[in-house]
Amino acid sequence: MTKQDILKPENLVYQKTKLLTKNVMHYCPGCSHGVIHKLIAEVIDEMGIQNETIGVAPVGCAVFAYNYIDIDWQQAAHGRAPAVATAIKRLLPEKYVFTYQGDGDLAAIGTAETIHACNRGDNIAIFFINNGIYGMTGGQMAPTTLEGMKTVTTPSGRNHEMNGYPLKISDMLALIDGTCYVTRQSVDKLPAVMKAKKAIRKAFENCQLKKGTSVVEFVSTCNTGWGMSPHKANLWMQENMTARYPLGDIKNI
Amino acid sequence: MEEIKLMKGNEAIAHAAIRCGTDGYFGYPITPQSEVMETLMDEAPWNTTGMVVLQAESEVAAINMVYGGAACGKKVMTSSSSPGMSLKQEGVSYIAGAELPCLLVNVMRGGPGLGTIQPSQADYFQTVKGGGHGDYRLITLAPSTVQEMADFVDLGFELAFRYNNPAMILADGIVGQMMEKVVLPPFKPRRTNDEVRKQCPWGTMGKTDDRERNIITSLALEADVMEATNNRLQAKYRIIEEKEVLFEEQNCEDADYVFVAFGSAARLCGNAMDALREQGFKVGLLRPITLWPFPTKRIAELAQKAKGFMSVELSAGQMVEDVRLAVNGKVPVTFHGRMGGNIPSAEEIIEKFKENFNLK
Amino acid sequence: MKKEIIIAGFGGQGVLSMGKILAYSGLLEGKEVTWMPAYGPEQRGGTANVTVQISDKKISSPILKFYDIAIVLNQPSMDKFEERVKPGGILIYDSNGMTRKPTRKDISVYCIDATDKAIEMGAQKTFNMIVVGGLLKADPMVKTENVMLALKKSLPERHHKLLPANEEAMKVGMEIIKKEN
Repeated sequence: MTKQDILKPENLVYQKTKLLTKNVMHYCPGCSHGVIHKLIAEVIDEMGIQNETIGVAPVGCAVFAYNYIDIDWQQAAHGRAPAVATAIKRLLPEKYVFTYQGDGDLAAIGTAETIHACNRGDNIAIFFINNGIYGMTGGQMAPTTLEGMKTVTTPSGRNHEMNGYPLKISDMLALIDGTCYVTRQSVDKLPAVMKAKKAIRKAFENCQLKKGTSVVEFVSTCNTGWGMSPHKANLWMQENMTARYPLGDIKNI
Repeated sequence: MEEIKLMKGNEAIAHAAIRCGTDGYFGYPITPQSEVMETLMDEAPWNTTGMVVLQAESEVAAINMVYGGAACGKKVMTSSSSPGMSLKQEGVSYIAGAELPCLLVNVMRGGPGLGTIQPSQADYFQTVKGGGHGDYRLITLAPSTVQEMADFVDLGFELAFRYNNPAMILADGIVGQMMEKVVLPPFKPRRTNDEVRKQCPWGTMGKTDDRERNIITSLALEADVMEATNNRLQAKYRIIEEKEVLFEEQNCEDADYVFVAFGSAARLCGNAMDALREQGFKVGLLRPITLWPFPTKRIAELAQKAKGFMSVELSAGQMVEDVRLAVNGKVPVTFHGRMGGNIPSAEEIIEKFKENFNLK
Repeated sequence: MKKEIIIAGFGGQGVLSMGKILAYSGLLEGKEVTWMPAYGPEQRGGTANVTVQISDKKISSPILKFYDIAIVLNQPSMDKFEERVKPGGILIYDSNGMTRKPTRKDISVYCIDATDKAIEMGAQKTFNMIVVGGLLKADPMVKTENVMLALKKSLPERHHKLLPANEEAMKVGMEIIKKEN
């Protein structure tokens, strides 16, 4: 059997979605962003809404999200993606609008924008990547950093007396009347990936149902920032992060 | 003929915004400009033109909503007053960096800090020299009447879309709060989405099969790419400086002395000029309408024959620096200003004028 | 013709709306007008004032130091603005709550007991129209029919039933104003 015999459409078992561009991702090997990007691209492709979707990229590692998914994008100032998305959705109500934000972006500097977009029930999807650390700026403490977790700004580990507590912001957002769907997912194992993809699809579908804001949190890893191998980071996440940030739907109306 | 109305400058901004086909307004209350959003909410244009009006959770959110709307190619605006404008500066810098058109309105009040709600012009530096970070410029229009408040909405949008650059109406508490006669601009329909796509092919309204995806960003990590962006911006700014200068002159042809003042300060100077002319002093008034681009050339021309200039501002003296640059040492450039919300009377301006130029 | 007027009193006395009606009346007569309030929280209970100018020619400064006419409706306003009436100008005051009478001799002084009259008429909301009536008696700068038209145009339709009471108040104001100096 030659290579040409194998390269036939009927033999295809896996294909990169055409919505992922050919740009080489800048994310570290083992990072959760790549998987989540792929899932979002697949959902947009499967729903046939490539031309109907506008993404809003954050400041943080995912600032370059616009390089990887083949849709129209805006890059927002740090923390402001929900405000930016609000305006896009209000001005183009027939479109699907989503933000893609990290924990610093969404839960620290952008807390007000996040809460108020949710409180207005703006019909957008918020994808929230929680890896408990600032990756892009070099591993500083995030609002979601676990107690005792070492970062370059908490070298002895996060201590609530000095730094406060790991913020369970998705639980807060679930309390807001304007949200219709708040869920916490992960992408560390195949079943988790499948579930996460369903959550992404639901969040997109909600955009046109006028039910309110959808928030999908992804409990993620930052193996570089955490100083671990990708495999170990996944294990550490399963053991520690999901204890503080349990997986599953928090709200689903 | 359009009906003549009596209204506040802030109200005129709101009515003009609806009439010139604005797609969205995003704001946050602050005195002395709150009537802009209040009037819009009262008029409820979403029922008529389809214009979106939204009270944001902060000035920061409001300017980023403007960014989001402008990046779609939509005609969007915000308004605020000095402390709120300070909060918006990050967003303004992003908008300028991403080369997006939008309209900003600052109805200035006294600072620094929380300051006073009384009128001021002390945001001149913030508006024409910087404000946010990086090398960028705002096309800045300074209205001195309620009529100009109304007219500059459309003009501001025209300039913003011509150059893909934010435009600012830099007013103050006096122009915002006073009522005068105004003829509102004629109704222009909002552009359809197809028209927006045509006018702004760079807009993120959703990809189409005939083009690559659009990306609105001000980020370029590579120095050479970022410098190229800056060079492009600077080239654009030189064209604006060449083509878009606006000013108004009164009695400047034979003037020995020229008042330079913008906005409401120019109107205070008008009274002083009239009184001084009656006393036999040949005094003129140059009112820059665009603060950036500044009427540098015209001031330099006038400096060839005038004996002196006096800048009158509701600040410690900000625009006077640009007057000095334009005059370039040829003749004395003096200044009088009041701060903290105080307004110099015509009598006070006359006294300072005589003192500054040693006249009796 | 050029009239430079300050109206000053407590917030809630209708100072700003009085000024607006005057400015609107001037507009209806084809004049140039400006209406410039001292704005801010003092509108609520503190002192409020508004500068109104009505002129045949373009008006330059909306803010003035000296006035042709000052209408002062409380003591702080009298204390502030009596000295800023131009020689030969007019000062109109309501004696209600005043602790002293005006002292200037080089201006015309009028007293209008509009507060008492409005209470007597059981129509306190028409207080400011009593004052407007008094002003027009002292200086008929605009026609009364244009004042009524201005009022009609500035009131929402649901309040148009109040127009006759306001017209009556204006007439009463013309009757009760007294020249003192």
